[in-house]
Amino acid sequence: MPITHPFEYYKPARLVDALALLHTHKGGASVLAGGTDLIVWLKEGVAAPRALVDIKGIKELEVLELKDGMLRIGARATFTVLIESKIVRGKFPVLWEAARTVASVGVRNRATLAGNICSAIPCLDSAPALLVYEAVVVLQGPAGTRRIPITEWFVGLKKTARQPDEMVTSIELPLPKKNGGCYVKLGRYAGEDLAQVGLAILAFADNTWRIAHCAVAPTPQRMAGVETILAGKPLAAALISKACARAAKDISPIADVRASKEYRQHMAGIMLTRGLKAAAARLAGTGPAYGTSLL
Amino acid sequence: MTKTTITLKINGATRTVDVEPSDVLIEVLRDKLGIKSPKIGCDRGDCGTCTVLLNGQTVRSCLVLAVEADGGEIVTLEGIGTDGLTPLQKAFIAHNSFQCGFCAPGVTLAATELLRKNAQPTRDEIKEAIAGNLCRCTGYTPIIDAIEDAAKPANKKTKAKK
Repeated sequence: MPITHPFEYYKPARLVDALALLHTHKGGASVLAGGTDLIVWLKEGVAAPRALVDIKGIKELEVLELKDGMLRIGARATFTVLIESKIVRGKFPVLWEAARTVASVGVRNRATLAGNICSAIPCLDSAPALLVYEAVVVLQGPAGTRRIPITEWFVGLKKTARQPDEMVTSIELPLPKKNGGCYVKLGRYAGEDLAQVGLAILAFADNTWRIAHCAVAPTPQRMAGVETILAGKPLAAALISKACARAAKDISPIADVRASKEYRQHMAGIMLTRGLKAAAARLAGTGPAYGTSLL
Repeated sequence: MTKTTITLKINGATRTVDVEPSDVLIEVLRDKLGIKSPKIGCDRGDCGTCTVLLNGQTVRSCLVLAVEADGGEIVTLEGIGTDGLTPLQKAFIAHNSFQCGFCAPGVTLAATELLRKNAQPTRDEIKEAIAGNLCRCTGYTPIIDAIEDAAKPANKKTKAKK
């Protein structure tokens, strides 16, 4: 299907030039990173920008570094870059585990983490991991730099806190204390598929937890109610049942072509149960290797 | 909108072509440059039949604008095995891996990228590498068997010589 909507294409080499272009077009320009969502939306007529600003020529957005306890992931970092990064795999394994489940190799070679959170579809695999790592989205715009906690980033279906003349330049993840975690994704099959339910979990030695979901509500979110139930208590069967009951109340899945609402509700409980046990086992050093399917 | 001339190195040859910003790479390859191995399937990045190598990595050419590829190096199936079939291609033939062949160019490029990065992939790694390439004929088993065979140590020597 050809793209019938005409637009201008710019590929600036400097961030300031990209920002100037976004500013001049007053919301009429789209940022193009990997394009794996945007090109589909252009074909379907869902997006109709007057201009595309390709950021793949901007060197400073390539950054991927752990410095002073903070991982900075530049807007140009693709999922393949994250998967192949020793730092991400070693220090932020839940993000690594989630990145490996995104679409397929050929898509991950182009698609970026920044683009994924800007698309903000409800089933985006990276969101639960970013939520449990308490990531901060760094934006640049006419007013300078803004830093938005990931919990305030997703404001609705495909809607984020970004202003039209702003651009995500990086995503920052503070290095957490010793933990075990997991990203559990339910698809229709083991290969390339969108999540029907996605859960990220981090377990800490003092029995505190960070838990977040995707694909079971209009926006991905932390599950504070479940975290509170679990906090400070040893993980036992009765406690897990209480946590699952609370989780069922905290999610509002839809029925669509990929799964019914009831199936998603049911599987969320099973995934939470297995995920809590796996995260605790990984914290203790006895769990399955990161990347092993828990379903 | 502003028409631009882009330069691509395709299968070793430098080609220039005039494109609109909205021209998608797969259409430019097929309709303007006459390279027909990448196919248009789902046209939204799910099926993998439009796969090409762009600067050494597989991409969905239905999700790349031609202007984005300006100055880049593209390898399609036409650029694989130009000095005789690769061990991978021989293994595909030996296993009768394809029936209709529509997915074959994409699968071949995906498997080529895998074996370049990981000379001894596990069966699960092979499945993951081709998970984005849909085949509606074979059930995948003869494709996976062939990739596994091509990666066997016996074939490594032949590969190294190439």
